[in-house]
Amino acid sequence: MSDAPAPTAPIHAPAGVGMLRGARTFPEAARQALGDPQLRHNLGHATATIREKRANVVAEVADWAELRNAGQAIKSATMATLDEQLVRLEHQVTAAGGVVHWASDADSANEIVARLVRETGSREVVKVKSMATQEIGLNNALAQAGIDAYETDLAELIVQLGDDLPSHILVPAIHRNRAEIRNLFLRAIPGIDPGLTDNPSALAAAARRHLRQRFLSAKVAVSGANFAVAETGTLCVVESEGNGRMCLTLPDTLITVMGIEKVVPSWRDLEVFLQLLPRSSTGERMNPYTSLWTGVHRGDGPRAVHLVLLDNGRTSVLADQVGRDALNCIRCSACLNVCPVYQRTGGHAYGSVYPGPIGAILSPQLTGIEHNASLPYASTLCGACYDVCPVKIDIPSILVHLRAQDVEVKRARRDVPTPEAIAMAAAAWTMTDDRRWSRAQRSSRLARLVGRRRNKARGLIRSLPGPLAAWTVARDAPRPPAETFREWWARERGRDGQRR
Amino acid sequence: MALFVTCLVDTLFPDVGRATVAVLERLGCEVVFPVEQTCCGQAHINTGYHRDAVGLVQKFVTTFEDFEAIVAPSGSCIGSIRHQHSMIAEKAGDGELAARARAVGARAFELSEYLVDQLGITDVGAAYPHTVAYHPTCHSLRALGVGAKPLTLLRSVRGLQLIELPNGDQCCGFGGTFAVKSADTSVAMLTDKMADVLSTGAEVCAASDSSCLMHIGGGLSRLQAGVRTVHLAEILAATEDAAP
Repeated sequence: MSDAPAPTAPIHAPAGVGMLRGARTFPEAARQALGDPQLRHNLGHATATIREKRANVVAEVADWAELRNAGQAIKSATMATLDEQLVRLEHQVTAAGGVVHWASDADSANEIVARLVRETGSREVVKVKSMATQEIGLNNALAQAGIDAYETDLAELIVQLGDDLPSHILVPAIHRNRAEIRNLFLRAIPGIDPGLTDNPSALAAAARRHLRQRFLSAKVAVSGANFAVAETGTLCVVESEGNGRMCLTLPDTLITVMGIEKVVPSWRDLEVFLQLLPRSSTGERMNPYTSLWTGVHRGDGPRAVHLVLLDNGRTSVLADQVGRDALNCIRCSACLNVCPVYQRTGGHAYGSVYPGPIGAILSPQLTGIEHNASLPYASTLCGACYDVCPVKIDIPSILVHLRAQDVEVKRARRDVPTPEAIAMAAAAWTMTDDRRWSRAQRSSRLARLVGRRRNKARGLIRSLPGPLAAWTVARDAPRPPAETFREWWARERGRDGQRR
Repeated sequence: MALFVTCLVDTLFPDVGRATVAVLERLGCEVVFPVEQTCCGQAHINTGYHRDAVGLVQKFVTTFEDFEAIVAPSGSCIGSIRHQHSMIAEKAGDGELAARARAVGARAFELSEYLVDQLGITDVGAAYPHTVAYHPTCHSLRALGVGAKPLTLLRSVRGLQLIELPNGDQCCGFGGTFAVKSADTSVAMLTDKMADVLSTGAEVCAASDSSCLMHIGGGLSRLQAGVRTVHLAEILAATEDAAP
């Protein structure tokens, strides 16, 4: 039944560092989020706005379906030759005067970055918004090394000032509204104008004034990368605020931490993603700032350029024939905005820096299913995520695949099967034989007696026992009818229904 | 043509099965109900019990592979049969069963698909003098891509006034075992779906999956909302002579 055993155990992202594991299961964390009316309102409003923007700009593109096919094909082909692409990238970055570092996991990447910063003599860095550095908990690691990291993306700044956690891939502070942000700025930014209003432009201007001095004084910047072009060793960051451009050009030293799956073979491939990404993520035709840099250029930009290539569990994801498509993700977050679960629980419920549908398939694979066992079940499998994914990741199928992995792991680890496993095995045994099944149906009529009938007019059950009580907490249950369909058929059409 | 009534309809909603038979026979189909049928195994598959599902896939394929067409009053069961059965067989290392499952899956249709695509009928001669809001259900909409077929059928029903359901393409929150495992999130989604249904002022909320209807209907009933949930098949079976 299971796939052939891997030659060596897969190496997952280590525990105790970074942000891929929550302290609570999804249902527990979700319950708290669902009870916060302000959060529900902020999320509902923000996701609805982005959803509509995306739908409008995607509808403008006549060949959107072909673009998605191309995006999927390029990513899959790249993953099939990832080792070659990465070596080619390393060669080209080095040839252009950059330095490439290989980090097998979060600890290793954090050590490399901290060492590189220390070697510059600087005790502070400015940061471009980056998922990879959030994933590995770089800011914490730098703080422990006595280095201050300053987030310069507006939403990341909001999260950092509030000592909060990001709750969305693209809009990390989506759970905050402008009144909350104004209060935070008044509290956390020294010397801010006490007359600050909650007007979005006023808030952005206040952040801008706060950050300006950092850009001018910083000697080191840390970034992530949206793409890396192997054929020329060029790195690429797309952003909306211009803070990235400042970080990528002003400091003397630029350190980029990038997941190994971000490489694309050629510039022709980049062209596809630079069309897919902005429309899918911010709902813009083109993102305001696209920065591309290739190594070091005398008198222009940073004098030292480093690239840290991060594995942190990605190789183990690549080894899974079904799950590996999760690596094709370009972090647009369209799946979050259309997800009916994410829209209501927000990102913190997922316990990982990667929330929503993509997080539910990526986090458990990076950490190993044991550490995020509840995430593959955090979905109704409605399929809205698959419909909008710009690289056509079949998220519902991977969720089902990971659920099966979870069941197999639990089966292998426990001497005693779970009540759910017993029920599923019993149901399967009953239903592989229609005679057993029809006997079971007849006995299920006992439920007519088990359920307490309050809603007599409609013949519904108000409360069920055992695990099914979670159903009747807010929903009446149907009362089994006096006659099943097959009994009716046998009575009315007995002759046609005879066994062949 | 073979009717796959689905285990849920068989056990809890037999009227939906009878309505499906009534519509198909009214249109001249010869409906066979193979009594060997049980369950498509979707609940096992989507909850991760893939080994346990192999026997159910085997049972389904063996029961239905001799029929030219298989019709079910459920978008999600047909979705599982069409898209998941061969995967389960392949995972179990049974390539032959996978091939048979693919062949059966290609001949399995959700009711509205069968009526509109296979029979080429959009007016089934039904009459139903009520206001109806239609919830398209996720698996019909996205796994099968039935599009506007159910609405086309409903628009031809005499006396029926169709009211557009706002945010119709949003999931109702059922999701099989999700409804119990993540009950809080499921109920939050249901609450919004019910608010949208109630905003239409319709007497009836209809859909083509009894599971989603059981969820939405269970919530509406608990609220004493005064809105009925009715399966598409029951509306299509209703005539001026015989109300469902």
